[in-house]
Amino acid sequence: MALAGVLFFRSAENIFARCNRCAHRTPAFYRSFQLFTTVRGLMVEAPQNSTHFGFESVSEEEKTEKVYKVFANIAKKYDVMNDAMSLGIHRLWKDALLHKMNPTPGTLLLDVAGGTGDISFRFLEYVRFQLKQRTKQDVRSQQTPSWNAIAESYAAGHQNSNTVSQAIVCDINKAMLRVGKQRAAEQGYITGLSWVVGNAEELPFGDNMFDVYTIAFGIRNVTRIDMVLQEAHRVLKLGGHFLCLEFSQVTNPLLARLYDAYSFQMIPVLGEVIAGDWKSYQYLVESIRRFPDQEEFKAMIEDAGFFKVQYTNLTGGVVSIHSGFKL
Amino acid sequence: MAALSRKTLLRAVRSSFGLSKLSAAQDFLGHRRWRSQRPESFTPKDGYYDDECYSALYKTHIPTNPLQKGLLAVGAGVMALWDPYRHGKTPSVVCLIPSFADFTFAPLFTFSDMVAVLGETTGHLALQRIRERMRNDPEGNQILQERPRIRLTTLDLTRLNALPDGTFGKEYVQFLNVHKVTPDSRAEVKFVDDEELAYVIQRYREVHDFVHTLLGMPTNMLGEVAVKWFEAVQTRLPMCILGAALGPLRLSARRLQILTTTLVPWALTNGRNATFMMNVYYERYWEMDMESLREQLGLMPPPTF
Repeated sequence: MALAGVLFFRSAENIFARCNRCAHRTPAFYRSFQLFTTVRGLMVEAPQNSTHFGFESVSEEEKTEKVYKVFANIAKKYDVMNDAMSLGIHRLWKDALLHKMNPTPGTLLLDVAGGTGDISFRFLEYVRFQLKQRTKQDVRSQQTPSWNAIAESYAAGHQNSNTVSQAIVCDINKAMLRVGKQRAAEQGYITGLSWVVGNAEELPFGDNMFDVYTIAFGIRNVTRIDMVLQEAHRVLKLGGHFLCLEFSQVTNPLLARLYDAYSFQMIPVLGEVIAGDWKSYQYLVESIRRFPDQEEFKAMIEDAGFFKVQYTNLTGGVVSIHSGFKL
Repeated sequence: MAALSRKTLLRAVRSSFGLSKLSAAQDFLGHRRWRSQRPESFTPKDGYYDDECYSALYKTHIPTNPLQKGLLAVGAGVMALWDPYRHGKTPSVVCLIPSFADFTFAPLFTFSDMVAVLGETTGHLALQRIRERMRNDPEGNQILQERPRIRLTTLDLTRLNALPDGTFGKEYVQFLNVHKVTPDSRAEVKFVDDEELAYVIQRYREVHDFVHTLLGMPTNMLGEVAVKWFEAVQTRLPMCILGAALGPLRLSARRLQILTTTLVPWALTNGRNATFMMNVYYERYWEMDMESLREQLGLMPPPTF
């Protein structure tokens, strides 16, 4: 009986082997040949080290490669697509991340999966504004300063060694970094910015280096989230701040339905029309669904050794900012 | 048994069908809806559950529901008008070269992947009509059976180049060289939900260059619009009709005059009188003289302008 079953669906394999990607296994099996699933279970083993790429199951090496290709393809249209898909709201999310970070002048930031540099640019704006405020206050607090003193203090408003803030943008994808560098040149961010190619799971930095570590919309694309969190813990100084901005699970059920409909109907269409790439944006919306929810991710961050881990939901849970400290 | 609620019964019935049959309205939201809710509950035991692979009918197929097709058609239409020379993606052969691996996939000069998407999403009825006409014609039927592809790998350009002047093959190679086009620059079919129709539209795109050669039209905007008029009459694809109607908007006044006075009437009569362009097995006529081929197909030679 089992042998007959085995022979039967070995021949059936050929009928259903339509596409080269899944020549031997298609979900058509599961629907048509449910009788034989137990036999299948005996015959076929799960692939080693398998992880998810959207709703697809791939090996870990494959996932890194596939994610790399996705971002290399969309790098040029990344920012345009962000604006189109989120209707510009992603800017508010990133601003909220910066407010949560509340950096002071003299902070060293590591922006992992920084890609086109959105967070780092905002960081530099923020600290420079703070510095300007501070120098203005210093000037005002002096009693009847002379014109010379005022001129000197404005001139000295440039950064000294205590107040020099630096942002390092680290990304695994050179295409994204290239776009980021172009944007930095266009928007006039010359000093205080470095661009480093690196894998978030194996950062090319020493221990206890950074004051703040951020990863915005990057952590759902990595192969091993726990390794990324461990690396984050390693490179942060004692007292360092870990921040993660990521898509998460929507809490309101009505909003969840709308969000699902929008994600699966509209976003790949926008990807095809604007960026010429349906599949990358299909991957994007699927990877959002595969990412752990707020509580689970919070537990993962705590496991990596961070303390005082909190999360804030934005836009009803569409994105959430997780924050933790290395203490 | 007595304590079974309606909910549990329904769930049992649904799960026994494998794919739960949701209401029509929910189905309309598309293939992805059932997976978007809780992907892990649809994972078979060994973890492999790529639905896209299952519903893909051919290699480059992306299954879409009517809503997505509508949105695509509108978006592609707008984008095609706004940027008709927008580039598509680099063909896969470039991606194989290691040094290009992290090159931001630079565009090849294609005549808009958006026009292609528009054609695929709006052309269902017209494609069915084309397929019927092909099935009812012996040569067309043979094309459907054998499915010849026109690509650099399947064409022997050196042999065609060696043919005497005035033959179809030689004229075609000269056309490719003069206008610097390659037969490989056609967008791949993605949104047609029938495998045979996908081949039909692919054949339509590949045959486009042959039509150019036979009609003697250049690849500038004027020539393209003239060919679109011809194709619109023959194939009745909405994309061709739109292109024929809206293409002239981008022409200068002088060219528009040439178009309306000489080219359009000529293209229309040609379209009506000539044999159906999709029923011609072009690959057999390489050695044939252009004039006799045009006569055989019922085409008038191009007017001078």
